[in-house]
Amino acid sequence: MKKYYLPLLILVLFVGIVGGSWLHVFNEYWQLVILFMGINIVLTVSLNLINGFMGEFSCGHAGFMAVGAYVSSILTVWLFADDKIFGPPVLPASWAIPLFPVILIIGAIAASLAGLLVAIPSFRTRGDYLAIITLAVNYIVKSAIENMEVIGGPRGFVGMKRVMNNMAAVFDAPWLLIWTFIGMLATIFIIRNFMSSTFGKGIEAIREDEIAAELMSVNTRRLKVIAFMLSCGLAGLAGGLFAHGPGGYINPGTFTILKSTEVMVMVYLGGMGSISGSIISAIGFTLLLELLRPLGTYKWVVIPLLLVVMMLFRPSGILGNKELTDVFPKLRAIFGAEEENYAHAAN
Amino acid sequence: MPMLQIKHLTHYFGGLRAVYDFNLEMEQGDLVGLIGPNGAGKTTIFNLVTGAYRPTEGEVLLDGENLVGMRPHEITTRGIARTFQTIRLWNELSVLDNICIARASRIQYGLVDSILHGKRYWDEERQIKRRAFDLLAMFGLDKEAHEAAKNLPYGEQRKVEIARALATEPRLLLLDEPAAGMNPGEISDLMEFIQQIRRDFNLAIWIIEHQMRVIMNICERIKVVDFGETIAYGTPEEIRNNPRVIEAYLGEEAFDAA
Ligand SMILES: Nc1ncnc2c1ncn2[C@@H]1O[C@H](COP(=O)(O)OP(=O)(O)O)[C@@H](O)[C@H]1O
Ligand SMILES: [Mg+2]
Repeated sequence: MKKYYLPLLILVLFVGIVGGSWLHVFNEYWQLVILFMGINIVLTVSLNLINGFMGEFSCGHAGFMAVGAYVSSILTVWLFADDKIFGPPVLPASWAIPLFPVILIIGAIAASLAGLLVAIPSFRTRGDYLAIITLAVNYIVKSAIENMEVIGGPRGFVGMKRVMNNMAAVFDAPWLLIWTFIGMLATIFIIRNFMSSTFGKGIEAIREDEIAAELMSVNTRRLKVIAFMLSCGLAGLAGGLFAHGPGGYINPGTFTILKSTEVMVMVYLGGMGSISGSIISAIGFTLLLELLRPLGTYKWVVIPLLLVVMMLFRPSGILGNKELTDVFPKLRAIFGAEEENYAHAAN
Repeated sequence: MPMLQIKHLTHYFGGLRAVYDFNLEMEQGDLVGLIGPNGAGKTTIFNLVTGAYRPTEGEVLLDGENLVGMRPHEITTRGIARTFQTIRLWNELSVLDNICIARASRIQYGLVDSILHGKRYWDEERQIKRRAFDLLAMFGLDKEAHEAAKNLPYGEQRKVEIARALATEPRLLLLDEPAAGMNPGEISDLMEFIQQIRRDFNLAIWIIEHQMRVIMNICERIKVVDFGETIAYGTPEEIRNNPRVIEAYLGEEAFDAA
């Protein structure tokens, strides 16, 4: 019985969110907020792999998000929309529905390859190169896009709205919300499973003592590259989802260091190395940003202040490095089925 | 061919000659001691053999294969594992995880399996856990399996480090001052234990130790280094009576206590 709790919970959430949007139970504003929550969960959980579990410091998550956003948007607009530059749609609109997730994955792969380019020089030598290189890469990606006139340069890239409208014309459903929900689940599933495997736990050993990990037979360089590519790939997925949002518009200014910082803040608020912490913090932070929207740019005074208060009273974040199931063991009935089987097998 | 063969091993830290022309041969099942005053270069020798440092000169051969230039994890995978002079456990991780992660190089499933958790994954993970529990039980640590490593008392942390090294399935185990910080009772247990490990796992053990009681009682042969150079090599009896050794240790209480 217990083992059905989690699928049931997911089903209820899915039906609630997607069905609710479909039937307009909540308005477009709340649909947007929910969309951002999902995207922020993907960003936060994926960055936590590097900054939390692995204890490295990546500060260019938005750069990889941009790669996924642009690659997937260019593909969807080229394939499925009538565009000034890319011409008439290449494929019939009905293909957009099954191909949309494939394109999101291609965007993710592109971002993870960009991650590979960063990982190779950064992890060759020990030290804090990753922070500096990712910072630089964030700027490079932004400037590179600004200088590519074909994709709009600094003005940005449009046309994704037409793609989404075409999809909705074939079959009316909140497609983006559906794929965001699935992408969010996939992200949590991937990071949680990976980090519970003996192979993935080598990442935590790297954080605790990298030299000891290497000397105890962990191929630290390979593992760090894998983790970084995984993290960047998921940032690319988040980028792809973000790009197809209701604005139907992206510009290089969206993917600045400020966006990267926002994701880092969410990771630290939730707790380094806590997946459930990241989820809670991404949801909470998204809501907070909305609450503070009337303040305009002044929210960037309030948010850092909140962060300072948090660091004073709870320096390790909401959950520290624990999971919700460690704090409330009763929740294991829902979320901990896999681990439990495990303990039995071991004894 | 000897299992381990070290030839002319030399290492400089900038201008400091930490190890000079070190030579050693070991066979399966040997128990060799390495002693010398503080700063003599003992830990550096372990670091060179395990690949933590790359030697300035010389060769380290395991079954005839030269290990120099390999990365530490490759050397460990080939059968050399070690403990550290100052404990280097993964503090925040559980004792069980500390043991399991050391099996990294024996994992057969790939990245995809580590995410999708198929049958093959579970079969292997179950086996990894079972072996880890067996190891911990041997050390009387199975009750502490789910405790964070940092919460264990010092003596038990030392044991976890040895168990972790054994989890890599070594043929040669390097112990860097395992008795440091232990009381006489614990040291007696440790001596017993080292000999038991050698029997049960059929390994060669190479041990650095300041406690002469340990070295003199369990080692078959002892190497003595001073200022990076070998000054004596022989049985405990020979070493005890070697004038150069006595001179090197002049003023060090540890030697008299043995
Ligand atoms: N990483 C290092 N860099 C520079 N000098 C070192 C380093 N490690 C050890 N040394 C020096 O090398 C010599 C040998 O050190 P070590 O091998 O730790 O001695 P032992 O283990 O015999 O006490 C000492 O003089 C020490 O200061
Ligand atoms: Mg030493």
